[in-house]
Amino acid sequence: MKLRVPMDSAARALGADEVVDALVAEAGRRGQQIEVIRTGSRGMVWLEPLVEVEIDGIRHGYGPAGPEDAAAILDGTSVKALGPVADLDWMRRQTRLTFARVGVIDPLSLAEYEAHGGLAGLRRALAMTGQQIVDEVKLSGLRGRGGAGFPTGIKWQTVHDAAGPQKYIVCNADEGDSGTFADRMLMEGDPFTLIEGMAIAGLGVGAARGYVYLRSEYPDAIAVMRGAVLTAREAGLLGRDVLGSGRAFDMEIRVGAGAYVCGEETSLLNSLEGKRGVVRAKPPLPALEGFLGRPTVVNNVISLATVPVIFEKGAQHYADFGLGRSRGTVTLQIAGNVARGGLFETAFGISLGEVVNDLGGGTASGRPVKAVQVGGPLGAYLPVSRFDAALGYEELDASGGLLGHAGLVVFDDTADMLAMARFAMEFCAVESCGKCTPCRIGAVRGVETLDRIAAGDPAALPLLTDLCETMKDGSLCALGGFTPFPVMSAVTHFPDEFARLKEAAE
Amino acid sequence: MRHVAPQPTVEDIETLIAPFLALEGPLLPILHALQEEYGHIPAQAHVPVAEALNISRAELHGVISFYHDFRDKPAGRHVLKLCRAEACQSVGGAELAAETLARLGLDWHGTTPDGALTVEPVYCLGLCACAPAAMLDNRVVARVDAAKLDRLLAEARA
Ligand SMILES: Cc1cc2nc3c(=O)[nH]c(=O)nc-3n(C[C@H](O)[C@H](O)[C@H](O)COP(=O)(O)O)c2cc1C
Ligand code: FES
Repeated sequence: MKLRVPMDSAARALGADEVVDALVAEAGRRGQQIEVIRTGSRGMVWLEPLVEVEIDGIRHGYGPAGPEDAAAILDGTSVKALGPVADLDWMRRQTRLTFARVGVIDPLSLAEYEAHGGLAGLRRALAMTGQQIVDEVKLSGLRGRGGAGFPTGIKWQTVHDAAGPQKYIVCNADEGDSGTFADRMLMEGDPFTLIEGMAIAGLGVGAARGYVYLRSEYPDAIAVMRGAVLTAREAGLLGRDVLGSGRAFDMEIRVGAGAYVCGEETSLLNSLEGKRGVVRAKPPLPALEGFLGRPTVVNNVISLATVPVIFEKGAQHYADFGLGRSRGTVTLQIAGNVARGGLFETAFGISLGEVVNDLGGGTASGRPVKAVQVGGPLGAYLPVSRFDAALGYEELDASGGLLGHAGLVVFDDTADMLAMARFAMEFCAVESCGKCTPCRIGAVRGVETLDRIAAGDPAALPLLTDLCETMKDGSLCALGGFTPFPVMSAVTHFPDEFARLKEAAE
Repeated sequence: MRHVAPQPTVEDIETLIAPFLALEGPLLPILHALQEEYGHIPAQAHVPVAEALNISRAELHGVISFYHDFRDKPAGRHVLKLCRAEACQSVGGAELAAETLARLGLDWHGTTPDGALTVEPVYCLGLCACAPAAMLDNRVVARVDAAKLDRLLAEARA
């Protein structure tokens, strides 16, 4: 009997290891032969730990499973039975391109990776020139998934055209935004995809070295990525002679040290060089003067991990999905106070309301939804009245939102929006790199000003508005520059919460 | 018992950092290795590291103090990180953290008098769809409630 149980850290945090132990122990008691394969997560986090039992090549799901379910799962009589996993509504409604293999294969099996389409993209890229590779990425319409949505092909072109004996591919795996976990799931569930994407990037721009800057808060992802790099090197996928092509590309995993701002690309490069993670002024662009002053591609995990499928299926296939200037798929992370949270990959253009109410099933608490913070700690709080907004870069921007890394955090009607605004300022103060005054000092003043509002000071709200303008206009990076968005969106959409307290105090 | 601060010699430090010196940007890997070995960045390491990398001690201090991860003193035997970020707050993470700190009589970054446990804030563990989240040493725990916290605390202080 063949079973699969995720080793994804969300599944493990919900008890997947204990479920595996119980299954093995129960099978042992019965003298039954079972094989348990650890996979990534399918992304249905509310069903984790999700046990899959293979019958005639079809995987039947049981979840959320606990150790007490082991015997009934082995008998096929468990009340946690969900039927064939591929037929579940959540799976059928997705377009899984970047996440096609996550939850399906053993993450560290290169053989399974290849059997499921892996390396086809790299093999195709090896027959192309650097310029042809860059052109293919441009044609796909891929834009950076790390937050800013900058066209990936254009960034690669700059690095391709830059002169330099040594260029670098740096993968931004700092994923510090609350409500996001797509990078983590991809690295834990299909690490070779990221390695393959980085190798294609290297061939495209003429870079022979790569680094993944991976946050220290993700020990499981670090272990899987390190294991995958070793395997890839042994198999000749990385090294001096990538897949026998005579071209070189190798890479290393580097661990961050708990600074949110190190997700900002120039701060990340300083950190990678062993310096304080302060933001650098731009220009020069990292594409021209990046790691150690050399031309460097800095891309998010999902941007790079999407490259292999673009080369496997063709740029046009990818570009055919999406809405407006947002081409391809978005890897939504549905989080917070939500009944069905998890990862859902779909073409850009789905509405916020469909994601929260239909896919997410509303709040976990069963209370009404009050607000959704989209795009991490620098993204706006959107009220239910904005639920018709389409999830695309420009479309969400027009609705006063920020797509960012596509995390959505749902709040029910008990959420205290003044407290959330205060937290945004507090977070900025804790994480500011200190280089520019509007961010370093502004965030501290922001906390104080919000405390004055909470205490009923009528003069404080205009001050907060002014302060937010200063932070927006004067900050060196989007940490100070975008913290005003969650703050002012809370003020704009929930004005009573910033005024009612005043009356109470009077 | 409180972790006794180790007294590494210059040779110990040099041996530990030697494998990293050929890396591009070796300092963060070195600091992680030191902290892994000693539980903090021992003061005795400053001079040999600064000399090996040809940087000033002030620069080195600047780097160590910039990052939340690096400590200049040992922590408790176990470190419990509680997520303070938004998704965890949406399901009561802030209240849970406040109760835990109150119960232990600690503030953030504090260590219990028996030296068993240090409690630290963390901003997102990537478990935002099964919040609130916590991490005891390197083990993640999701949908943390009072009962799960009791078990974690008992385990850490056993
Ligand atoms: C404060 C701050 C934090 C950021 N954190 C991340 C992060 O964790 N991961 C990421 O990919 N991009 C992050 N970014 C965006 C990066 O600066 C950069 O735009 C991105 O890595 C480029 O890759 P992409 O084009 O593939 O998105 C952050 C930006 C700021 C201002
Ligand atoms: S916000 Fe707490 S785990 Fe992400």
